[in-house]
Amino acid sequence: MSTLSERILGAPAGEYVDHKVDRAYVHDGTGVLTLETWKRMGSVRLSDANRLYILFDHIVPANNSTTATLQHELREFACGSFLQFSDIGGGICHQIMSEGVVLPNEVVVGADSHSCTLGAFGAFATGVGATDMAAIWLTGETWFRVPESIGIHLSGSFQGGAEAKDLALSYVSRLGMDGGTYCALEFVGDGAGTLGMEDRLVLTNLSVETGAKTGLFYADEITGKYLATAGHMVQPQVPESCTYIRNLEFDLDDIVPMVAVPHRVDTVKPVQDLAGLPINQVFVGTCTNGRYPDLARFARVVKGRKVAVRTIIVPASRAVLSEAIRTGVLTDLVEAGCTIGTPGCGPCLGSHMGVLGVGEVCLSTANRNFKNRMGIGGEIYLSSVATAAASALEGEITEPEVA
Amino acid sequence: MQGVGHAVCLGPDIDTDLVIAGRYLRTKDHSQWVAHIFEDLDPSLTSRLRGSVIVAGKNFGCGSSREQAAIALHEAGVVAVVAPSFARIFFRNAINIGLPAIECSLNCRDGQKIRFDLTDGWVEAEGKKHPIHPLSPRMQEILAAGGLVNYWKAHP
Repeated sequence: MSTLSERILGAPAGEYVDHKVDRAYVHDGTGVLTLETWKRMGSVRLSDANRLYILFDHIVPANNSTTATLQHELREFACGSFLQFSDIGGGICHQIMSEGVVLPNEVVVGADSHSCTLGAFGAFATGVGATDMAAIWLTGETWFRVPESIGIHLSGSFQGGAEAKDLALSYVSRLGMDGGTYCALEFVGDGAGTLGMEDRLVLTNLSVETGAKTGLFYADEITGKYLATAGHMVQPQVPESCTYIRNLEFDLDDIVPMVAVPHRVDTVKPVQDLAGLPINQVFVGTCTNGRYPDLARFARVVKGRKVAVRTIIVPASRAVLSEAIRTGVLTDLVEAGCTIGTPGCGPCLGSHMGVLGVGEVCLSTANRNFKNRMGIGGEIYLSSVATAAASALEGEITEPEVA
Repeated sequence: MQGVGHAVCLGPDIDTDLVIAGRYLRTKDHSQWVAHIFEDLDPSLTSRLRGSVIVAGKNFGCGSSREQAAIALHEAGVVAVVAPSFARIFFRNAINIGLPAIECSLNCRDGQKIRFDLTDGWVEAEGKKHPIHPLSPRMQEILAAGGLVNYWKAHP
């Protein structure tokens, strides 16, 4: 009887395996170092260009000529070597891979820590650095230590203003920043089965914030329906009884809106404890909360009103932006005073548009609030979209209204 | 593999943003990463890194997958990093570039001499030998080769 990670990697926890990588991706940041390292390996060989992706998302469009030159080299290489390529404006690497690319049972490796997000599809998805990725370019495979798994047992359904991000912050708080180190998190139980793909992606996205190698949902009917829209027919993965090294239980009915306070993702408080804290900026986006339902939910709250602080909204992908245009959500956001950025990571990593000034406070729907991450001397609070929307209207941290 | 260095003590949960901030990543000039290492944690650390063994608290290298963090430490002259636990991406990155990452819990005093022998499996501090969690055979081979680039050159 196996965990999902054991089943996909084909070996029991604790064993080391060499495994073929079904899809491997880098972005404009990690791609530069991957290309340099791959060249240093002395090879002009690429294992299989159909499985290798270069997806520009971190600094898009380029913010200066140094970045532009690095991106130019990587773009030339991607096109010249026939790798799968998405240029500026295509969106966040994890989001693109979630839009009908990654399938259940695949082994997916990204040169970005949040590659664990794709575990939402019942894939084994994890992050590596540039040198590991260069070796994958070369050989098409890599080694893994098959992880032990922690069971996150979900029951019930969200009530009031709570949403998946609040549960994500809650489990990160419970496990701590290293509570999942070297392990996989498996989200199981009746409550897991009722969550839509977008909610699952939020939960797996945060798994690395506990040190976990990945977070996984079993593919089920919901996964099947989501992937069917991209033309894929997939079989459900039926959970077996298996051994988890630790079990956590969450009743979704008990989850309340939460905020992670500076500078740790695991330092989490109920929104009501922070209500009234003045903010200078709201940022909605990233691989955590930049999907169409996030933008639509935000728009429903601010429609016909004006945000009280500068509010930056960055769609996670071109598909998200297109959908927001088509449905009128984008108009609602712009008319409420929000600023819209190019699909990509936005200011999350602190390298360009929307960084903070000294002493400024940002309420962000992203996944990291490390010291100085979004600008020197800035402070980052992490919340759900609902909390971000309510707070944007008031200019201070505000509890979301009951949906 | 053996090594020796003076201890530089750091706390727990040092993330890779603190090792090298995102704003300095967009260059191929590795000296830029060394120049700005630990800038947001304690810029005075820079002058003490050459020939040092970093002795950190749990979960060293958490956060971003940026390999520049391991490279900056290596090129700043850090001989090894010792911590009770590492974030797994940093751990792989360090070994892959030839920087020993050693799982061991030590009481740290700045400047004390730290010796280690990965083949025999110990770290010595204040004259006392502590057993270490051994690397997998594959990681030992990669480290012995000086990193994954050299490893693949030797195993084409």
